[in-house]
Amino acid sequence: MKMSAIILSGLLMGATAVHAETVFVTLEKDNAIAVVDPIAGALIKTVNIGQRPRGIQLSPDQQTLYVAVSDDNTVLEIDANTLQVKSKLPSGEDPETFAINSLGTRMYVSNEDDNQVTVIDLQKKQLVHQVAVGVEPEGIAVSPDNKWIVSASETTNMVHWIDAETHEIKANTLVDPRPRALTFTADGQQLWVTSEINATVMVIDVASKKITQRVDFSVAGVGQDKIQPVGVVVDNKRQWAYVALGPANRVAVINAQTYQVEKYLLVGARVWNLAFSPQQERLYTTNGVSHDISIIDLLKHKVTKSIAVGRYPWGVAVKR
Amino acid sequence: MRIFHYWYALWGIVFRELFRFVKQKERFLSALVRPLVWLFVFAAGFRAALGIAIIPPYETYILYEVYITPGLIGMIQLFNGMQSSLSMVYDREMGSMRILLVSPLPRWFLLISKLLAGVFVSILQVYVFLGIAWLYEIQAPLLGYLYLLPALVLSGLMLGALGLLLSSFIKQLENFAGVMNFVIFPLFFMSTALYPLWKLKESSVWLHRLAEYNPFSQAVEFIRFALYEQFNQGAFLYTLAAFALFLILAIIGYNPSKGMMKRKGR
Repeated sequence: MKMSAIILSGLLMGATAVHAETVFVTLEKDNAIAVVDPIAGALIKTVNIGQRPRGIQLSPDQQTLYVAVSDDNTVLEIDANTLQVKSKLPSGEDPETFAINSLGTRMYVSNEDDNQVTVIDLQKKQLVHQVAVGVEPEGIAVSPDNKWIVSASETTNMVHWIDAETHEIKANTLVDPRPRALTFTADGQQLWVTSEINATVMVIDVASKKITQRVDFSVAGVGQDKIQPVGVVVDNKRQWAYVALGPANRVAVINAQTYQVEKYLLVGARVWNLAFSPQQERLYTTNGVSHDISIIDLLKHKVTKSIAVGRYPWGVAVKR
Repeated sequence: MRIFHYWYALWGIVFRELFRFVKQKERFLSALVRPLVWLFVFAAGFRAALGIAIIPPYETYILYEVYITPGLIGMIQLFNGMQSSLSMVYDREMGSMRILLVSPLPRWFLLISKLLAGVFVSILQVYVFLGIAWLYEIQAPLLGYLYLLPALVLSGLMLGALGLLLSSFIKQLENFAGVMNFVIFPLFFMSTALYPLWKLKESSVWLHRLAEYNPFSQAVEFIRFALYEQFNQGAFLYTLAAFALFLILAIIGYNPSKGMMKRKGR
């Protein structure tokens, strides 16, 4: 029995309502998405979706959920309220991750097996272009001003800067081995890239396209070989950055101003990807091997709960 | 006897125990150093020992030092209960307890007062320990520290009563060391203080059973749940029953006409 809940529930009545939000998690082995109420701390339901779902993202208006079902070679367009599939997008072979521009008009898909990025017009639901990139593209992001699409090639160890107008690669930045994920800061000045093999996070200056900072990780009691950075997010104020460290089962908390790691938070096994709550007061992590997600309170930088969701959770998206 | 006399006796016994504790700086230091060594040295070496299962009252993954903290609180109270009883043997040998026991106040009241005195001291030790653990980032919810207090009173009383019961069997101070070894270590190691039950079950079913029915385990679990703002009814009832049993046996043990003191000719 939760004593504080009983005592405080009366006090909280009429106080500021907790922001309701829904967390969607792709389950790679269950071929489904899990729907979680993070405030109640409970799995609401699991919906079968297609073979090996991985990348997941909401449209900017939050009404459409896009899910890359890798083994079905498509990205599904799903009604975010009813979870009914609306259409199948022509994503190219083996879509793993994708990015959507802030207007919600274009989607950029990484095709790992074909070494290309597929550009989709979301209004016409048509394939517009395919850009040849390095070997095994995975992480992909669109700059906040929608001018750049950046794609990280895991084996070429490069970040490719693709012009969003011409779909031509304008620049390449050589990065540490096996870049997995990347994200722009909200001000569009920096690009943060994780290197799985080198166990680093690189901060790239968007204007010069050069690495300006490199952050290393070291977790007491955890072998260096277990530290394999994957997902990375930076808050809107560029105060904190969070990096999922894979089999180290930790999320690194980095001061985004000083580039110092302030804390390592213990989460489930093999933490893959991260997503903020709408107000950025919580962070959700998918823990691939322990089959759950963890919730981190970002005001206290504490893990508050882990919720079992299904087999091999991979991607996560949060609907307000 | 008036209520005033009871209060006066209780205050006297508690104050004497507290005074003795404060005066004996080594005792205070050792009471603190023992769990801290376990926390900083032992727990650090076994960080990965727990695996990754989430067990109540925890709602997510925890480091080993977080798991072991309620067990170390139990350890503080276990040692305190035993030391308090040790002082009982000493007092009885040196005469001060003999004087107390022949006072007009009921024997059970004097023994419970003695128990409460020990519990009070152990609670001080526990909160100082938790304060240091807090600085080491072992932090429970704030309300948990409040809910912990009644749990500490009950677990302290139970462990103190066990100590009293043991002290009623002991003739001389020297014999106590052996009992400590035969009681403290089995109680502590065959409990959930260091490992959760599921972990013990992995290694041995009988060890799991022993730990499950060990009253020290139940006290530790009662403490653990309270610290995380939860009420473990089963552990509460078990600890309460163990306290009642040990206290009754201790009161009988200290009865000159019936108990062990008669048999020992004291």
